[in-house]
Amino acid sequence: MHSISPVLWQFLIKWLTNFAIFPPEASTIAPYADALYFFLILISLVGLIAVVAMVVTFAIRYRQEKNPVPTPIEGSTLLEATWTIIPLILFMVCFVWGALLYFRIYSPPPNAMNIYVVGKQWMWKAEHPGGQHEINALHIPVGRPIQLTLISQDVFHSFSVPAFRVKREVIPGRYTTVWFEATTPGVYHLFCTQYCGTLHSDMIGWIYAMSPQDYQAWEAGSTSGNSLAQSGERLFAALGCNSCHNSGPNAHGPNLANVFGSHLQLKNGQFVTVDDAFLRDTILNPTLHEVAGYAPIMPTYQGQVSEEGLIDLVEYIKRLDSQYRIEQTIENSAAQPVQTGTAPAETSAPALAPGTVKQ
Amino acid sequence: MDSHTLAAQTADTGHVEDEHAPFLRHHFESVPQQREAATFGMWLFLTTEIMFFGGLFCSYLIFRNWYYPAFVAGSHTLHIWAGTLNTTVLIVSSFTMAMAVHAAETRVRRALMGWMIATLILGCGFLCVKAYEWHDEWVDHHVPGLNFGPESFLHGTKAYPDDKLPLDVAEKTQLYFSLYFLMTGMHALHMIIGVSLLTILLIQVRGGKYVNGHVAPIENFGLYWHFVDIVWIFLFPLLYLISRHQ
Amino acid sequence: MSTILSLPDQSTASLPKVSYLNKEYGLKSWLLTQDHKRIAILYLIAITFFFFVGGAMAALIRLELLTPQTDLLAADTYNKVFSAHGIIMVFFFLVPVAPAVLGNFLIPLMIGARDVAFPKINLLSWYLFVSGGCIELTMMVFGGVDTGWTFTTPLSTHYLNTNVVAAAMGIFVAGFSSILTGLNFLVTIHRMRAPGMTWFRLPLFIWSYYATSFIFVLATPVIAIALVLVVLERIIGIGVFDPAKGGDPLLFQHLFWFYSHPAVYVMILPGMGVISEVVACFCRKRVFGYTAVAFSSVAIGVFSFFVWAHHMFIMGISSYSALVFSLMTMLVAVPSAIKIFNWSATMYKGSITFDTPMLYTLGFIGLFTIGGLTGVFLASMGMDIHLTETYFVVAHFHFVMVGGMVTAFMAGLHFWWPKITGRMYPESMGRIAAVILFTGFNLTFFPQFILGYLGMPRRYAAYPPEFQVLNVFSSAGATVLAVGYLLPLLYLTWSLKYGKIAGANPWQAAGLEWEIQSPPLTENFPVTPIVTHEAYDYEWLASKKGSEVPTVG
Ligand code: HEA
Ligand code: HEA
Ligand code: CUA
Ligand SMILES: [Cu+2]
Repeated sequence: MHSISPVLWQFLIKWLTNFAIFPPEASTIAPYADALYFFLILISLVGLIAVVAMVVTFAIRYRQEKNPVPTPIEGSTLLEATWTIIPLILFMVCFVWGALLYFRIYSPPPNAMNIYVVGKQWMWKAEHPGGQHEINALHIPVGRPIQLTLISQDVFHSFSVPAFRVKREVIPGRYTTVWFEATTPGVYHLFCTQYCGTLHSDMIGWIYAMSPQDYQAWEAGSTSGNSLAQSGERLFAALGCNSCHNSGPNAHGPNLANVFGSHLQLKNGQFVTVDDAFLRDTILNPTLHEVAGYAPIMPTYQGQVSEEGLIDLVEYIKRLDSQYRIEQTIENSAAQPVQTGTAPAETSAPALAPGTVKQ
Repeated sequence: MDSHTLAAQTADTGHVEDEHAPFLRHHFESVPQQREAATFGMWLFLTTEIMFFGGLFCSYLIFRNWYYPAFVAGSHTLHIWAGTLNTTVLIVSSFTMAMAVHAAETRVRRALMGWMIATLILGCGFLCVKAYEWHDEWVDHHVPGLNFGPESFLHGTKAYPDDKLPLDVAEKTQLYFSLYFLMTGMHALHMIIGVSLLTILLIQVRGGKYVNGHVAPIENFGLYWHFVDIVWIFLFPLLYLISRHQ
Repeated sequence: MSTILSLPDQSTASLPKVSYLNKEYGLKSWLLTQDHKRIAILYLIAITFFFFVGGAMAALIRLELLTPQTDLLAADTYNKVFSAHGIIMVFFFLVPVAPAVLGNFLIPLMIGARDVAFPKINLLSWYLFVSGGCIELTMMVFGGVDTGWTFTTPLSTHYLNTNVVAAAMGIFVAGFSSILTGLNFLVTIHRMRAPGMTWFRLPLFIWSYYATSFIFVLATPVIAIALVLVVLERIIGIGVFDPAKGGDPLLFQHLFWFYSHPAVYVMILPGMGVISEVVACFCRKRVFGYTAVAFSSVAIGVFSFFVWAHHMFIMGISSYSALVFSLMTMLVAVPSAIKIFNWSATMYKGSITFDTPMLYTLGFIGLFTIGGLTGVFLASMGMDIHLTETYFVVAHFHFVMVGGMVTAFMAGLHFWWPKITGRMYPESMGRIAAVILFTGFNLTFFPQFILGYLGMPRRYAAYPPEFQVLNVFSSAGATVLAVGYLLPLLYLTWSLKYGKIAGANPWQAAGLEWEIQSPPLTENFPVTPIVTHEAYDYEWLASKKGSEVPTVG
């Protein structure tokens, strides 16, 4: 690099970044993606040059003026095998490499910080666990893996951050996830890349990657006062969930403490791991996932809770790691007028509900 | 051989007697060629039909897998006697159709007409039974999109007291009925087309056609008719029978 | 051994007195014709019309994208414009263009038949196609549709209030035209070959049309049922695609791509057939490795049914099915590579001339290679995450569809123009247009690869300003491209009246279609030909003088 004049170098850098020929590399994934990209370009060039070289040489050497009499040739098995096998091998390399990258991009590390994003026509709503809500913006710290749990409230959208080389479809009625770890503080484009109706091209926003200190400052400065779990707790009470899920000995519904991440046995004998998607699904379609040991009495909440509300509930249940929280909820809700005449359950020793196996 | 590809003599294919058959279209070389082309075309057409129904069968399998209890309960509401009756009707009609083709091949006009009329009657009979069933489903509020209500699944039935579905599952029966109506509807549409074609052919037979060796149209219609039957042979177990034991 | 060095003397050639063109007169004789050649002409007219409608939409797209803001078209109008562009270009131009025009005209001629197997059904296909097109155009006049050409649910079923039903029905109707055309071709190729025309004596053109027809027959019904479901879902809400009712919105995409991926090969295989013919003729030798080229068409046709989910890598399909589909996609790319190399090798030790069809062919080889290799970028799952739904995809498919198929079609149109009309197009104009097209094409679509990697999403009416430079390049290129398409329209029309008389075989090409007069008689072959030689027997042709090549009628 030292041989290039610094002025020229600066000019090149400027050209590359400002006039945008190549997107910034701002996540840990980006270099991996770019490596594959350059490899693909390389083999494409090899293939293209091979073809063009053949065509051009023959076009010049065997043009009619030079070679009036063609020589008939049937073919050549050896040659044909060569140009079948070489591309095949190269394509297989692309396949394996692409698959490895795919799994890297879509397998979040276990310690990732989770943020929820709801897409709707035509905006992005981000919900931080701490209760910060943002629209068409997402603040994240650099140097920390972030996992997004995405869902759409209406049609397909797609969450794309070119600088991070990640993208994930945002699907109605189903959680999808994507993760990344930003490396360079800065402001990056967030696009909706799936066509979603009239203002599809307005469904854009910014990703603010911040240094950890800045991020902390932002976090503290913009909380709405209620964490997602707290909102979820209120909703839990307001919807009357605790009339059954009250962990009492005669409770009609399973105890939800520590349920997240556990293996549950269903009525049909299958085991499921309780994750966000399972929780959301049981709230909407409770009897499709009847847990062994309980009667199918839970009503469906389809159409009664918004996607954000579901996220709050999920987040609340996720964090129910002790009996104490449930009791708190029940006590809080007893004071609330929304409650529809269910007696607060007596406090009992924390007991795992039947069918729940702690991991 | 010097005359590269063009030879001055005509290829010798087919029977001389057929060369001037009145029904030989100008662009065909011989009657067998014309007949084979028509039959081959019919088979290809049936392949497209398989793909057409295939999309529906796939959707059925996916949703059945997802919403098994709803599909079981939905299936229980169908009249098994009606399905069985219709299956019998169709199988018999396949037989009469096969006999019609045979009659055309042996060039017996009266027999041909008789068998075709029998097929026609059976086909209409099938449609009547189907219409009766649909009417019943309409009365029970089982028609998706138009008058669907899950109420009838909330309390169980006399025959199947276990079919007491919670609301969220009961609502999924709508998917069962969507597919039921799509599949039987598409099938009935094919039956209606079949019956109409049969009527046209019948009129032509009355006018003296298809008993002079030109049997391809009857044969190919026969293929079509058997195909429509076979579709039903798949629909009947998938929609009516598969969940009876529960 | 001597070779034919020049075209036969055009001044002595004369138009035959009777041909399919002047056998009968009047509009009625055309609209009720059952002659496959006339039906091909009917298709050519209809399809050219649709191409220029679609092209006008493309012009609007490129004009709007000249600036980052939505200044020319509002966002909703822009969406309607690109939807119309995609729908017209795919369903009413590129899918039917080569099968219905060149296939209809040439398949019976190449195999020595008097017509396709079912002439009435052939005419019916044309009417279905035109009715579908009319539905589509009427729909566009009355407000249009803004689903994109992919009709993604639940957007199309529950969230748009444009004419989705009409748009779907138009495609549904036109779909039956495809099915019937495919069926007709398959039966014709199977049952109507002239004596001696064995499978391995067939021109490669026929092999690729055979594979195309299979795709038509097997894939089109699936999109038909998918569109019926969309319509029912939209009108009465049956729930199969509605997550609120327990339906699966992704099911539609599976059904759609199950058709549409094979359909993209419908949009290239006929072009590959054309290229085989043209390469052989202008190199004056047999296509290198006939069997490999023939079977690669079949392989593409078969494999094309097992790759559809590569359009859905980021859609939450299971990672393992993504793996399988990625692998299959890599495999389907191999037969295309075989073809490209075999065509290039055909030039080896040939005696090459560079007339317009050959220029287009060379353009095809270059552009299709680029387009295909960028398809491999997309097939590589991890890379697709970044590239999908960006302009990289747009550039990929324009390279294969426009750079590939449209270029190949232009090659074929020029090559068989003398056979179709009996007259030559002006050669120098042809070459100029070919070069303009090539230049304009690259200028238009190459910058879009870069835009795509930068992350510019497709279907955007407005975009961030840093993408402007490349978009300006692209729009400028589109202007050049427009000239490149308008020119052939003009000079080909001109040549209908003023072109030089071509004679039976102006290219001294091998193949049954060149052994009859141009334009051919209505019944093609007054006597049934008997085939004794393999395809592309240029050696034999070379031993004849120009005037000695046999003609009939
Ligand atoms: C004519 C149409 C056509 C053709 C032929 C192709 C051919 C191919 N396509 Fe393309 N494709 C489309 C039309 C077409 N495509 C369209 C319309 C879309 C987008 C639809 C939409 O979303 O609107 C699309 C989208 C698309 C996607 C999805 C992108 C996305 O949305 O995320 C993918 C992913 O795998 C893909 C892959 C391929 C591959 C691997 C081929 C292969 O068949 C290509 C094979 C050819 C070659 C590989 C070139 C020749 C090879 C050589 C000369 C060898 C070179 C030598 C060496 C490497 C040594 N295509
Ligand atoms: C066969 C297929 C085909 C063909 C030939 C073309 C041809 C062209 N396409 Fe098309 N295109 C598609 C298929 C095709 N396209 C598809 C399937 C899509 C996706 C749609 C979707 O997302 O749903 C698409 C999308 C698409 C986009 C992306 C839109 C978006 O995502 O926002 C763009 C943008 O540049 C574009 C440009 C062009 C251009 C410049 C041409 C040029 O090659 C056209 C050149 C021809 C002319 C220019 C016509 C001749 C000139 C005139 C008729 C002059 C008259 C003009 C006026 C009076 C204004 N196309
Ligand atoms: Cu949301 Cu596009
Ligand atoms: Cu594809």
